[in-house]
Amino acid sequence: MSPHRPPVTETNSAVVDRTPSALELERRAFRARSSRRSVLISLASTVVFAALVAVFVVGTPGWRSVQETFFDPEVLVAAWPRVIEGLWLNIRVLVVASIGVAIVGVLLASVRTLRGPIFFPLRLLAAAYTDVFRGMPLLIVLYLVGFGIPGLGLFPRMPMEFWGTVALVLTYSAYVAEVLRAGIEAVHPSQRLAARSLGLGYIASLRLVILPQALRKVTPALMNDFVSMQKDVGLISVLGAVDAVRAAQIETSASYNFTPYVLAGLLFVALALPTIRLTDWLTARQREREQHGSVV
Amino acid sequence: MSASTADSATPVLRLENVVKTFGDRVVLAGIDLTVDAHEVIALIGASGSGKSTLLRTINLLEQVDDGRVLLTGTDITDPRIDADAVRARFGTVFQHYNLFPHLTVLDNVTLALRHVHGVGKAAAAARGLELLDRVGLADFARSYPDRLSGGQQQRVAIVRALASGPEVLLLDEITSALDPELVGEVLELVRDLGASGTTILMATHEMAFARDVATRVVFLDAGVIREEGTPDQIFGAPRDPRTRAFLDRVTSAGRGAAPDDTTAG
Repeated sequence: MSPHRPPVTETNSAVVDRTPSALELERRAFRARSSRRSVLISLASTVVFAALVAVFVVGTPGWRSVQETFFDPEVLVAAWPRVIEGLWLNIRVLVVASIGVAIVGVLLASVRTLRGPIFFPLRLLAAAYTDVFRGMPLLIVLYLVGFGIPGLGLFPRMPMEFWGTVALVLTYSAYVAEVLRAGIEAVHPSQRLAARSLGLGYIASLRLVILPQALRKVTPALMNDFVSMQKDVGLISVLGAVDAVRAAQIETSASYNFTPYVLAGLLFVALALPTIRLTDWLTARQREREQHGSVV
Repeated sequence: MSASTADSATPVLRLENVVKTFGDRVVLAGIDLTVDAHEVIALIGASGSGKSTLLRTINLLEQVDDGRVLLTGTDITDPRIDADAVRARFGTVFQHYNLFPHLTVLDNVTLALRHVHGVGKAAAAARGLELLDRVGLADFARSYPDRLSGGQQQRVAIVRALASGPEVLLLDEITSALDPELVGEVLELVRDLGASGTTILMATHEMAFARDVATRVVFLDAGVIREEGTPDQIFGAPRDPRTRAFLDRVTSAGRGAAPDDTTAG
């Protein structure tokens, strides 16, 4: 019916079989020289920095005893099974809490974007919720939920990791709701108009058109909250749940050696690394898309 | 492509004394208009004359402040009516296409079929592909809208509006945001639709196109209909001095398109 537009031409595909001019060759040679020089400089400075750290840390008068108390391989091996078992609890709590946070966060964000006077009480409630739980330290929420709610005698006896999960969901859903709300508001209003004029209702428009676009806009921010929650699951140990941190504490009190804590810490880092890398990758991809390959 | 089933006696659309104000500003000051099945009506008038607002009050994106709108005899401005169900009976195309960027072309086209009209996935896809094929865009069914040119995107937007067989197609200055060389393909499609019997109400700045394709031309000025008639009468022998003044202005501006205030896209 009409000519199709050819696909967007890549920047350099038009000059593939051309021999570069002397000017371009000179520019490339200069860039190669300067990038070689930067690599050498960074290599040298890394070596110098590592040497300085080694000399200063290992050279401190107390290094020997610190090494024995914090980096004892025998204690590490002995603590390994128990700490790993504890970490497995952390992972389970993390999975359940993530699902809970996703559900409560989406609900809160949706309520906060409702319009019309009838929803005023709901909006107010949601706003108060996010204010309170973003403001209150997670540790205090853990204590209040973990020791307060069971004290009401309303619920059957639950394991402490259950109340820890509830506290995590309460706190993190407040953060996630705010991130999602920002995403929802960043979707252009014309998208809502288009959805509504197709006959989609308010909820259907939100679910099918607005939320998917909002999520895309805030993925890096959400991942960041997830990384943060990954390490905060370690705080459920204050309620007595035997997670990796609590297991390390038990091991430490038996051996008077802090190596189990270092082990637990490193395991948490290892747990977070894939998510952190994924976040970086997503952020970079998004930037690339929006900048269309520009060099700045 | 029209699925209009209205019996020929009742007009498809009937506006009675429609008033719309934004604060102190009266945008529509009592509009009376009747649209019969298979008509192609061009709304012309300067920017700010109320063309877009009129279209938006018809598909209930705006609430009227007085008067009523009847769709095949039913008062759709009655607050007891299901507004979503009413909107589903119109097909709306916007100046800036407003395609959904996170959905493929085919999913854009079938979204309303599947989630408003309850058509199954396979049947909706078949219908969507058939329509896309008819406008020469079947190859792009699995592409995302940002891979398409503006003209192609606007044709997809028209197909999306047509997919569920609307009773009236509302076109809101659908070529105003397009590069000049892409306007033709979109107007060509509208011309085909009109010729095949789709009822169309379009706000437009394309005077040559309105003259060529419309069965009736309505001139809107400061929220009232100044003059309406056949294209030949309006463009050949306008009676109202304001119609004359407007047409003089736009025809002396070149190809008949008044510079438009661009809203964010």
